[in-house]
Amino acid sequence: MISKKVANVQEALKGVADNMTFMFGGFGLSGIPENSIAELVRLGVKGLKCISNNAGVDDFGLGLLLQGKQIDKMTSSYVGENDEFERQMLSGELEVELIPQGTLAERCRAAQAGFPAVYTPAGYGTEVAEGKETREFDGKMYVLEYAFKADFAFVKAWKGDEAGNLVFKGTARNFNPNMCGAAKITVAEVEELVPVGTLDPNQIHIPGIFVKRIFQGERYEKRIEQRTVRQRD
Amino acid sequence: MLDKNGIAKRIAKEVQDGYYVNLGIGIPTLVANYVRDDIEVEFQSENGVLGMGPFPFEGDEDADIINAGKQTITTLPGASFFDSATSFSMIRGQHVDLTILGAMEVAENGDIANWKIPGKMVKGMGGAMDLVASAENIIVAMMHTNRAGASKLLKRCSLPLTGVGCVKKIVTNLAVLEVTANGFKLLERAPGVSVDDIKNATEGTLIIEGDIPEMNL
Repeated sequence: MISKKVANVQEALKGVADNMTFMFGGFGLSGIPENSIAELVRLGVKGLKCISNNAGVDDFGLGLLLQGKQIDKMTSSYVGENDEFERQMLSGELEVELIPQGTLAERCRAAQAGFPAVYTPAGYGTEVAEGKETREFDGKMYVLEYAFKADFAFVKAWKGDEAGNLVFKGTARNFNPNMCGAAKITVAEVEELVPVGTLDPNQIHIPGIFVKRIFQGERYEKRIEQRTVRQRD
Repeated sequence: MLDKNGIAKRIAKEVQDGYYVNLGIGIPTLVANYVRDDIEVEFQSENGVLGMGPFPFEGDEDADIINAGKQTITTLPGASFFDSATSFSMIRGQHVDLTILGAMEVAENGDIANWKIPGKMVKGMGGAMDLVASAENIIVAMMHTNRAGASKLLKRCSLPLTGVGCVKKIVTNLAVLEVTANGFKLLERAPGVSVDDIKNATEGTLIIEGDIPEMNL
């Protein structure tokens, strides 16, 4: 067994530096790498280019990095719900590239899987395709989208083991598996780091080969963005 | 004239047994409330769940189980969770049978604009561009006119596009229309709405053939 385990978040984030490109798993606030984000805030690295479907809220998720003006560029598909984000975007402090959600996922997956680029129908004929190569296949038009190049991918899983194998829970899975192995260094934080041999090999979502470092997060707030319920009769 | 629930109720009649359906935010979400209960339908949410159920009972909310609107949800027996790339494989690969989404504008050639108003805060397209570029069967749910009273069914969209030539059917508070090679073909009128009312509220080419029946809700 090749061990990917590191002692703590400090060790997991060794090598992060100003001006790097990072990927962050999560959809809204669900499945975000809370502990890695907190450590990036503490380290105060700046000039970051971040790839993440969303940009958090003002006081949680990537919103925390925005508060400290640590991010120079965001590549996302949807960025509402964040006043500080809006302020920095409108003032020009923050560069924002909005791309289709499926394209974001596939540019991660392409990087993970060794494809330099993929053709997608999404965005053809819209401003998203401006300046990009297009090509017709079987009478339909497609846009060429390049694989992401990132220094670190920060992902969060439910359970993991020392070998780096990961299991996700519910819709907290989202972009996390697609980002594993899609950057030079993949850092996985898990709610529970279980002994090797505990996880059923049949049930592993991401094999450890895609993960460089794994650690158990100290605590998870797992904030709910839109609490919707129905009344019991 | 229909309200938002009325639009959802009419669209629900388009949902057939065995369909996998993706519902956008807003009126489309309401469609789930009106689907006949004698057919089997599974709702997909692009953040990674198939087989979505109703909102959880108070106290049962789980931060790890949400829909694309970031609302807490439940799942039904037979549900599955998956990653974002798999989710959009279902969408781009045309495994999802029906996509229902809202729009700011639709053009008579099937172009749709629903993600950006220049000069206003842009939140992003989310999964909308993937959905409209891929789905064979797209129904737009929207009000026929905007708050200022201007038509949302146009000759050409004025707002930045989400997709080109992709909308097949539109259900508004006034009418059901089909996008054809020659323009918007009027299929049904909402209760109490005349053909003239619909003509007056439609800027794009409107095709009226024979008697236009009232919707059967």
